[in-house]
Order: sequence, then structure tokens, then C-alpha cells
Amino acid sequence: MMNRWHVLKRLTPLLAGMVLLLSACGRADLSTLRPQGPVAEEQFGLMTWSIIIMALVVVVVFVLAAYVIIRFRRRPGDKTIPVQVEGSHKLEIIWTVIPIILLVILGVPTIQSVFGLAKDYTNDPDAIQVKVTAHQYWWEFEYPNLGVKTAQELLIPDDAVISIHAETKDVIHSFWVPSLAGKIDTNPAGNANTMYFSAPKKGVYLGKCAELCGPSHALMDFKVKVVDRASFERWVTAQKAPVALPQDQELADLLTNQCLSCHAIGDKGGKVYPNLTGIGSRESVAGILINTEDKKYSNEGTVEENLKRWLKDPQAVKPGNLMPTVELSDQQIEAISKYLAGLKLEY
Amino acid sequence: MAHAHAVKRHTGLMDWLTTVDHKKIGILYLFAGFFFFLVGGLEAILIRVQLWMPMNDFVSADTFNQLLTMHGTTMIFLAAMPMIFALMNAVIPLQIGARDVAFPFLNSLGFWTFFFGAVLLNVSWFAGGAPNAGWTSYVPLASPVYSSTHGVDYYVIGLQIAGLGTLIGGINFLATIINMRAPGMSFMRMPMFTWAAFITSALILFAFPALTVGLVALMFDRLFDANFFDTSQGGNAVLWEHIFWIFGHPEVYILILPAFGIISEVISTFSRKRLFGYSSMVFATVLIGFLGFMVWAHHMFTTGLGPVANALFSIATMLIAVPTGIKIFNWLFTMWGGSIKFTTANLFAVGFVPTFVMGGVTGVMLAAAPADFQYHDSYFVVAHFHYVIVGGLVLGLFSGLFYWWPKMFGRVLNETLGKWFFWLFFIGFHLTFFVQHFLGLMGMPRRVWQYLDGLGFNEMNLVSSVGAMLMGLGTVVFIINMIVTGLKPRDAANDPWEDGRTLEWTIPSPPPEYNFAQTPLVRGYDAFWKEKMEGKNAMTPAEPLGPIHMPSPSILPFLMSVGLFIAGFGFMYHNYYIGIGGLVLTFGCMFLRSVIDDHGFHIDPEEPQDKGVKA
Repeated sequence: MMNRWHVLKRLTPLLAGMVLLLSACGRADLSTLRPQGPVAEEQFGLMTWSIIIMALVVVVVFVLAAYVIIRFRRRPGDKTIPVQVEGSHKLEIIWTVIPIILLVILGVPTIQSVFGLAKDYTNDPDAIQVKVTAHQYWWEFEYPNLGVKTAQELLIPDDAVISIHAETKDVIHSFWVPSLAGKIDTNPAGNANTMYFSAPKKGVYLGKCAELCGPSHALMDFKVKVVDRASFERWVTAQKAPVALPQDQELADLLTNQCLSCHAIGDKGGKVYPNLTGIGSRESVAGILINTEDKKYSNEGTVEENLKRWLKDPQAVKPGNLMPTVELSDQQIEAISKYLAGLKLEY
Repeated sequence: MAHAHAVKRHTGLMDWLTTVDHKKIGILYLFAGFFFFLVGGLEAILIRVQLWMPMNDFVSADTFNQLLTMHGTTMIFLAAMPMIFALMNAVIPLQIGARDVAFPFLNSLGFWTFFFGAVLLNVSWFAGGAPNAGWTSYVPLASPVYSSTHGVDYYVIGLQIAGLGTLIGGINFLATIINMRAPGMSFMRMPMFTWAAFITSALILFAFPALTVGLVALMFDRLFDANFFDTSQGGNAVLWEHIFWIFGHPEVYILILPAFGIISEVISTFSRKRLFGYSSMVFATVLIGFLGFMVWAHHMFTTGLGPVANALFSIATMLIAVPTGIKIFNWLFTMWGGSIKFTTANLFAVGFVPTFVMGGVTGVMLAAAPADFQYHDSYFVVAHFHYVIVGGLVLGLFSGLFYWWPKMFGRVLNETLGKWFFWLFFIGFHLTFFVQHFLGLMGMPRRVWQYLDGLGFNEMNLVSSVGAMLMGLGTVVFIINMIVTGLKPRDAANDPWEDGRTLEWTIPSPPPEYNFAQTPLVRGYDAFWKEKMEGKNAMTPAEPLGPIHMPSPSILPFLMSVGLFIAGFGFMYHNYYIGIGGLVLTFGCMFLRSVIDDHGFHIDPEEPQDKGVKA
């Protein structure tokens, strides 16, 4: 017994070193190697553990292979016939049993984690219930207990378990926030899935669609925004509050006819397509055009610029999406973008 | 011996269309498979060009999806499978001391159905767009609602026809290996490649029908408005995933087991040593084949099967590491104490071992379901399966091609060009795919047309694209090698490597039409080596010299496949006259085959019969 613990103790610095090495990889808000919540941490722990075991296997094989290749290469003109060995029961048993042992020490935590992560929070009154509905190529987030619906940006408090119910309205997508939790497929209704995660650190995390879902699969990004409990509650209230249409009657009519037929703003408009309430204070337009004052990349701009770019030609931003190119003059696009950019929620 | 009936012997193109000789069919498989390998490789290069920098728009989003779908489908079904069948055809009858496969006519039919299925699938590029739902063709994306072009129709019908050929081939090799071994060659004296081909054929027999059923169901959904997978009509989308992977996972072992067989032969020959732990190698191969059928749901950990299924499939998957590990160590200990000669064939084989181990360990990592929630459908998976398929199967195939090329064509491939090819391909491969592990872990999903700037993906994607170019360059060197070698005289010895251990090295390169003038008597494992060690340079014959019965060539397999090709088109475009016309051609040929008595013909080995295969 003593020996075993010695071995484990010796492995500790290796473990620490591996964690350090891996965590240098990628962005904190995107990388699975820099987990920002307990679920991702547990998965990262299992990943690290398996990487260590497998690294040992790789090292043994590489060293053995290198030795054999160098030591036993044929010298020019060598005509000798090596001893024809049939096999060795001892060796063969060794390399059958050792892998089995390695698999047991990997398998046990795997099973524990499989059942641990399958815990059901769908009836937990303290958990925030979120119904995630994937569409080609956007994400709908509904909070059934709070009566709120939003799109592209999942807003959650930092002190609760988030219980996800995931399904799709069209093809299979996969809901993935690498730095918070592994993914779950969004199947058509009837095979809906659940999962949970929590995010104790405030911030904005990047979400991705991980299942091929059509031309704009690569562009089907979303954000997870973690705020404190008080902000979250303010946001829920603000999200439900009625929103005033613009003073300008012409613009109001335009909005009502061209936008609200599909999209909702506050209490008005259609429910089927992405909800636009508070779009001015979101992190992105259409999930992919990042809102920022400090533009560095071609998919970035201010909210207003991004809205204009989207309205002008939605197919150029996300090929194959269902938003039609609405017949609007430049002034109309300008006016609508300005109005939408001004729809900010205080929370 | 008087010849009762004269047989029409064809020359030129007709010879190739009508041949039922396993050696020529092997060559047909090789060149067709290699052609599609180049097509799939070109698609891969275009994918890597698109991804060399962020937000690139070298190809459009939909074209990109077509490229990735066709790259996967082509490489698996139209390049890897036929090249495996090429080596099986060229080598298995020779290794077991047989004069041909059990069913030469079926062998030809298998090739031509594969070929016309493959052509049909690729016609889609010129007929309104290739399939674009991924090689896995998940519904609803592949359903007529979300994939309204004919692309997926081509996938369904092309693969159905090509899959027919694979199934026919698998059954043929099962029958051949069971029935046609030379006297004295018991199962436990069979060469490792023959064993691998045997198990692979058994896997084909059980796995391909699942694909057939799935494709039929999807075809009915697409062409005749059925609703197997249409959830709004009571169908189920997850059902397709199950059917596909019940076929798809054994398919992975169908691909890799022959490579294991090749590596065993090559390493043993060039180490001048008997394969270490032969019986445990056989046992491991059988066990991998068996376990391969009970792990399909590890492709579906994120589908939501629940913790019990995920736990069971995690453990079952991890278990496969045990027999695979046995193989790796047996190869290393075959080399241990040997006298290793680094020919190109052996460079590929030795390069295979550590590369495959890297693919294997990521496989075990992927088997841990909770961790797989992070890996799944990310570039980590892309890296993993390219390590096992390219680093495993393709390195194995190239090893086998260099090793058996003299036996197939009578010419030894140029070693200098061969080594250039190896190093370019090997380094290019690791450059391309090693970094992809990290891309996946850093959050890059697979099958993405573009990635955003500023996510930290740029450098590694650039490295990956550069690696892909090196692999392409290596392949060009291989093509040059084939041409340069083809221009040299056909002068390969019976046993060009001088250390041959198995029966194929006892006969001329290339062998005469009937392979063995007299069936050899096998007295042990590594039959030829055993004779050599006793100072002989030929096998003891097991029969007197006499006339040899040969099957007649036939154009019918070709015509049957043409019929299926035409029928496929007809049904796809709902032109039932053409569809039925095609089927009439196929069934008409089957009728002719049934009613025409064909007794084949006899060759007297006294007749001057030098080199049989023209290359």
C-alpha cells in the first residue's frame, strides 16, 4: 500500500506541470483547457488524468521503438539470421495486464463522472431553468419559469445551477460552451436533452454550435453572459417591460410592418424568430458580428454598424439563413439600426 | 490433353473489362482506388486552403460543406476500401497457395459495382452539387427538407451500389480463405495479412448490411416521401445515428485490420524474424473485430443516450485498447533482436507504430464519455481519426504497396523516390494533424467553413495547411515513382526482398495466370522461410503437374454494374423508364449468367506461360 501512495505522490508534480502546460492554451472564455466553472473543471480533470496515463504509454512505446530501431538496424552486408523467437508468455501477460490496470484507473473516475454529470436539475426550484432551442443558425433561450425569451445571448446569474433543456426546431445542432461545460446535441423534439452547468465567475463566454447544421454552421456562435443575482433580476424585469416604438410614425410603421412581423421587441411583435429586446446592449449582432467600439477584426464594429451590415445583406453575413433581404432604402436601414442600437436594457 | 472448347481470349481494353483474374482485378482496384485517393486528396487540399487564415472566403460556405462531405466519403469508401481490396486481391490467393479466389466472376462484379457506384457519387459535382450533409449524413440535415439538391441522393444511391461491391468482395474472401488454402495450411499457419483479411471480411459481412438498410430507408425518405427519419411524421432522427454507427464503427476496424496485417508481414520480413507472439496476434485481431461491434454509441455520447449507455460504451471502448496494445508490443518485439532493414516499405511500417499509438491513446481519451463532451465534434476528433486512418491505415497501405509492388507488377519501386515520398508524407502528416488536437481543445469545432480572427486559432491552422501541402507533394513524388518504375524493365526476382517468408515469394513476379504450376505443400507457419532454413529454394509440390482449370473471362459483371448505374440515375430523377431499363439490363445479365453453361478452360503448364499480368 505504501508503495502505491509513493507513486501517486511522485505523480503530483507531473499532474501540476501538465495542468500548467495545458492551461497556457487558448482563451479563457473559449478553451476547454481553461475551465471557468465546476462542470468544465470536472471534465478538464478527467481529460488531464487521461492525458497523463496516455502520455506514459506514449513515452514507453516511443522509447522502446527508438531503442529497437537504432539498436537492431541491419549493418551493411549483414547476412546473419536472427533467432526466430515465437513469443514470450511472460512478456505477453505483462502487456496485457498493465493496460487493463491503466484502464481501471481511468475507467473508475469516468463512470463516477458519467453519473455525476447526468444529475437531473430540471425540477430543482433553485436552479435556473433554460429551454435552449436551436435554429438554423441562431439560438433561442427561453426561461419558462420567468416568462422571458431572448436570442443569441444567454444571460445567467453567477450563483445558481443552470438547468438546460435542449432541442431543435430544424436540424441537429449541438450546444457547447467550452469553458463552462461540454456539449449536448439538440435533437428534434421527442429526443430532447438536458444538462446542467454553473458559472461562478462573472464574464462573457463564447458558445459554439458543434454539429454540422448547414452552410452557416461555422458562424452559429452565441454568448453566455454571467452577472450577479441582482443584475440578473433587473434584467428579467427589464426584458418584460413594454418597449416604446419610435416617435417618428413613419419609422414606427416601417418597424411594425417589416420587422415586428417576425421579431419581438418587448411585448410587441412575432415570437418565432430571434427576439430583439435589448439588442443594443448585447455583445453581438446575429451572434457573429461582435459589438465593440475598438474594432480590430472584420467581424467587429459598433452595434449600429453591425446592425446596418446585417440589414443590408443578411446572406453575406450568414449564408443560408432565413432572414430575407428586406427592401429598405439606405435611410430606412440607417433609421432602423439607430433605433435598434438604442434599445438598451439597464441591468 | 486435348482442349474440348476454345476460349476467346481478349486483349487490350477488353481484357481489362472482362478479366476475372484476381491479380488483374487487384490492379484495377489499385488504380481506381488511387485515382479516388487523389480526388479526395485534392478536396482535402482545398479545405486546408480555405482554412489557412481566419475569415477566408476562398470557397463558399455550401461548397465547403460539399468538399468536406465528399472528402470523407471518397477517402473511406472510394479510396481506402478499394486499395485494401487491391492488396487483398493481389496477395491473399498467393499467400494461401490458391490459383484464384473462390468466385472469380463475383470478384469482377464486386470491382465493377464499386467502380460505377464511385463514378455515380462523383457525377454529383457536375449535376447541381455534391452531397453536403457530412459523410455521416445525419438527418434531418440530409432529409429532403434541409438538403433539397440531388447531392444526398447521389450519396445514397452511389454508396448503395459501391457497398454492394464491398459486400460481394467480403463474402468472396471469406469463402476463399476458408476453402482454398493449400494442403497443410491450417488456420493457425495462415500469414497475418490473410488472418486480417479474413476478419475484415467477416466484419464486412456483418456491418455492411446495416449500412444497406440505413441507405434504403434514407433513399425511401428522399425519393419516395417515406418517413423513417422524419420526426414530424413519427419518424426518428436519432435512429439514423444508431444505424449509421452500427455500420460505421465496425467500418473503422474493417479499414485498420488489413493495415495491421500488412505491418505484421512487412516488419517480420525486414527484421528477418518470425512475428512475435503469432497466436496472441491472431487472438487480438479476432477480439478487436468482436469488440468493434459493441462500441458504436461512443460516436453518440452527446446524443443524449443517458448515463447507463454512456458508461457501458465508455468501458467497452476502452477495452479495445488491450488487444491493440498487445499488437503494438508484439511488433516492437518482432523487431527486437532482429536485423532491421529500412526499405521504404519498412519505413512506412516502422513509422506506423508510434503514429498509430498516438491515434490509439487519443481514442482511449475519447472513450471517457464526460471528457468526450468536450472533445466531441471538435478538431480534437479530427486529429484523432486522421491519426488512426492516415497514420494507421494509409501508412500501412503505402507500406504494403511498396512491399508487394514487385509481386503485382514485376518491378521494384524506386527506393530513393520512395524515401522522399515517405519523409514528405510522414512529416507533412504530423504537421497537419498534431496541432489539430490543440485546436480542438481550445474550442474549435470541426466542419467549420471559417473561424473568427482573434481566437488564437490562426497559427496552428496555418501550420496544418502547410503540412497538408507537404503530404500533397509527397503524393506527387509517389506518382512520379510509379511512372519512373513503370518505364523500367520487368526484372523483379521471385523473392525481390530476399527475406520473403510466405508463399507469394515462391512464384514469379508477376505470377503466371494460374499462380502455382503445382499447389505447394505447407509444412508450417512462414511456409517459404521454413523451406529456406532447410536449404531449399522452392516449395514441395502437393500434386503432380497437370492441366489447370481456369475460369473464363466475362463482360457480364461490367454490364450488370452499368445497369445499376443507369437505374440509379433513373430513380434519382424519377424517370422510371430509365430506372427500370437499367434494372432490366442488370437482371438480364444475371439471367444469362444463370443459363449459359461455362466450364472455363484448361491450361497445360507445359505450354510456354511466362509472365501473366501485363501492367
